[in-house]
Amino acid sequence: MAEKKTVLVRVKRQTGPKERPYWEEFELTWRPHMNVIICLRDIAERPVTRDGKGTAPVVYESNCLEEVCGSCAMLVNGKARMACSALVDQLSQPIRLEPMSKFPVVRDLAVDRSVMFENLKRMRAWVPIDGTYNLGGGPRMSPDLQQKAYPLARCITCGACLEVCPQVNENNSFVGAAIISQVRLFNMHPTGAMHARERLEAIMGPGGVADCANAQNCVKICPKQIPLTESIAEVNRQAIKQGLLGWLIG
Amino acid sequence: MREPKIIVVGGGLAGLMATIRVAEAGVPVELFSIVPVKRSHSVCAQGGINAAKNTKGEGDSTAQHFDDTVYGGDFLANQPPVKAMCEAAPGIIDLLDRMGVMFNRTAEGLLDYRRFGGTLYHRTAFAGATTGQQILYALDEQVRRFEAEGQVRKYEGWTFLSAVIDGAGVSRGICAMDLKTMEVRTFPADAAIFCTGGIGAIFGRSTNSVVCTGSAQSALFQQGVDYANGEFIQVHPTAIPGEDKLRLMSESARGEGGRIWVPKRPGDPRPPLEIPPEERFYLLEEWYPKYGNLVPRDIATRAIHRAIFEMKLGIGGEPAVYLDLTEIPREVLDRKLEGILEIYEKFLGVDPHQQPMKVFPGMHYTMGGIWVDNANQATNVPGIYAAGECEYQYHGANRLGANSLVSCIFGGMVAGPAAVRYARELQKGCESVDSSVFEGERKRQEEINGALLLQDGSESPIALWKEMGAWMTEHVTVTRYNKDLERADAKLQELLERYRRINLSDRAKWSNQTLNFARELYNMLILARVIALGALARNESRGAHYKPEFPERDDKNWLKTTRAHWEDGCIRLSYEPVDTSLIPPRARRYGAAS
Repeated sequence: MAEKKTVLVRVKRQTGPKERPYWEEFELTWRPHMNVIICLRDIAERPVTRDGKGTAPVVYESNCLEEVCGSCAMLVNGKARMACSALVDQLSQPIRLEPMSKFPVVRDLAVDRSVMFENLKRMRAWVPIDGTYNLGGGPRMSPDLQQKAYPLARCITCGACLEVCPQVNENNSFVGAAIISQVRLFNMHPTGAMHARERLEAIMGPGGVADCANAQNCVKICPKQIPLTESIAEVNRQAIKQGLLGWLIG
Repeated sequence: MREPKIIVVGGGLAGLMATIRVAEAGVPVELFSIVPVKRSHSVCAQGGINAAKNTKGEGDSTAQHFDDTVYGGDFLANQPPVKAMCEAAPGIIDLLDRMGVMFNRTAEGLLDYRRFGGTLYHRTAFAGATTGQQILYALDEQVRRFEAEGQVRKYEGWTFLSAVIDGAGVSRGICAMDLKTMEVRTFPADAAIFCTGGIGAIFGRSTNSVVCTGSAQSALFQQGVDYANGEFIQVHPTAIPGEDKLRLMSESARGEGGRIWVPKRPGDPRPPLEIPPEERFYLLEEWYPKYGNLVPRDIATRAIHRAIFEMKLGIGGEPAVYLDLTEIPREVLDRKLEGILEIYEKFLGVDPHQQPMKVFPGMHYTMGGIWVDNANQATNVPGIYAAGECEYQYHGANRLGANSLVSCIFGGMVAGPAAVRYARELQKGCESVDSSVFEGERKRQEEINGALLLQDGSESPIALWKEMGAWMTEHVTVTRYNKDLERADAKLQELLERYRRINLSDRAKWSNQTLNFARELYNMLILARVIALGALARNESRGAHYKPEFPERDDKNWLKTTRAHWEDGCIRLSYEPVDTSLIPPRARRYGAAS
């Protein structure tokens, strides 16, 4: 009889933000089309380590499970990616699962990424409208502009681009590529562009676009293939132009 | 004048829209969400949002949209609110356009519209195949703007446990739990608007996100908030089956020309592209020549079930049919459907530009939900409002594709100001309520947690959940038999009994997801019974509710809304008439070939 195929998973665990991390290994039954989420659910259903020790289910964030909500980002075999689209058959074993390292750990694989939402607030990443009452349609937009803006609008705020950026570290408040790309998006929209200056002022401040050191890791890791380095270059250009203008006008 | 206090629970489209409307009225809002609101399930909506803008010279109108929606819902929806929604839809699209939603454009720079199910018009505005995500983000950004102004305070990572209801039966706030610290706390409010979304988890696997458990709706139901038309569950015809979730393949794939087919020869082993056109059975096109692949979802789903289970025509004998986009030019696919093609390719490793996709119907949406009045989105408990998928009023017995986004936003637009009006007119605000009312509710919820953490039984919450999901999917979805519905309800009661012996494998007091899941599971079991009992009682077939033993719609006996009420721990069903004052009911055939 053929031996039952199994999946080996090693999980870096941590019971709380200040606790010491430790590893646990699990041996699961292989099934076709397994992803990392299914592995974590198998562990939750039977939380017993490979050496037979009872343990608690692994804590992790997840929601849509189709790579569009951004919840389940973690390190899978050392690479920042969404757990839902990490297919077991494409991963080498044992599969190592760790929390992303650039965000505070809440518990196990769950981290606190609220800094990204705070930075969106700081950068005024929205199109200001006068109100929700009926004021007719929005500005006309060429299909070309829409095709350029739409990919930027697909950012799922997963944090993978921050995870791989050497400039995001304890000594630096760099906002990271995702946020800069959102500044570009809102500066691109005809109404948003009317308020480009305030966004550029914010992104020229501490932790802003000038802190990018051009490692270009972000664009390679982005699960949505957003042209992040293009966004950074473009926002940089806009910022320099605005800086010069400010200097000329004095 | 005193400042009213409003709470919104749920940060998907309906919740964010309600929040914006309340904040815009100058009233502060506390917004609660299990996940950061930007990660809400609305991101999963793919195909688009309906509004009769008539930009293609087809003579479309809001009256036609209204008629399509009522007919699509098999005449079970009260008509005046549906009419109001369809009339508001074009203005909603304008608003979203002004907020910067990156809708696809025509050469002239106007919004583009595509076909969708249950209509013959190009009525669906879209942003690629991630329309829900794009609209959610736009509303999220507007709420963030109000947050920056101090008008909105978010409680992300909190879950709703119960309403705080005073001795007079008036809601005075909510009790919620911080999922990180596990702190249980009450929050006074004059009115609370619930926008807590779908219930997919009750069916185990569905197209819904993890947080769509219906737990909040069920908790409210157990506190006296009525639940209507629970038996109407939409099964989407085209999903990719997966062990963790059924991933949706949007109706827009067919709106753009995708075709459903199976090999004519049962069990044909050839790869799809080697099967010549004359040996393929395009079931929807043959059975419904007028609407073809764009019949409403309930009809498409039953047709696929018939082809697979009665005619044994599933691909290679398996439960699957082809959704074929290979005839559509690559440029069109990339511009209009990229988001879903990417999902298929990532999860199955097959490129749908080149190979037909294999799909099967999957539980997708609940037409039923919290009972609300027609004008204000108000429930039967004063101070509690509901909007979005969690309430029942816009889709009757079957929802048309791309109507959900518009109903969420419209519901939020109505609920926000209605809650503000109610709060302003209150004689006594929540601050005048005795603190013991809040303290009592908090204690009751903490005791539930305490008991669960101490419990030492043999049942696993995940195993119970899987069993519930399997039973609900098998007996309470596409085809329903009374004998099976009775068995399903007996099973649910058995699971409720076994629930008393569950054992939490995590007893930590920090970020304990197992505890939260156990609480949700109990609520899911109760709501599952509401669905099964509603289905058992309704001896007819209407929209998504299909009983082979009662194959016809029965307007004489069943043109009525099911209203479930919780009474002394029992589920009691009553019925109320449907307002069909605007469009007289007619037979629903979608031009079926006889």
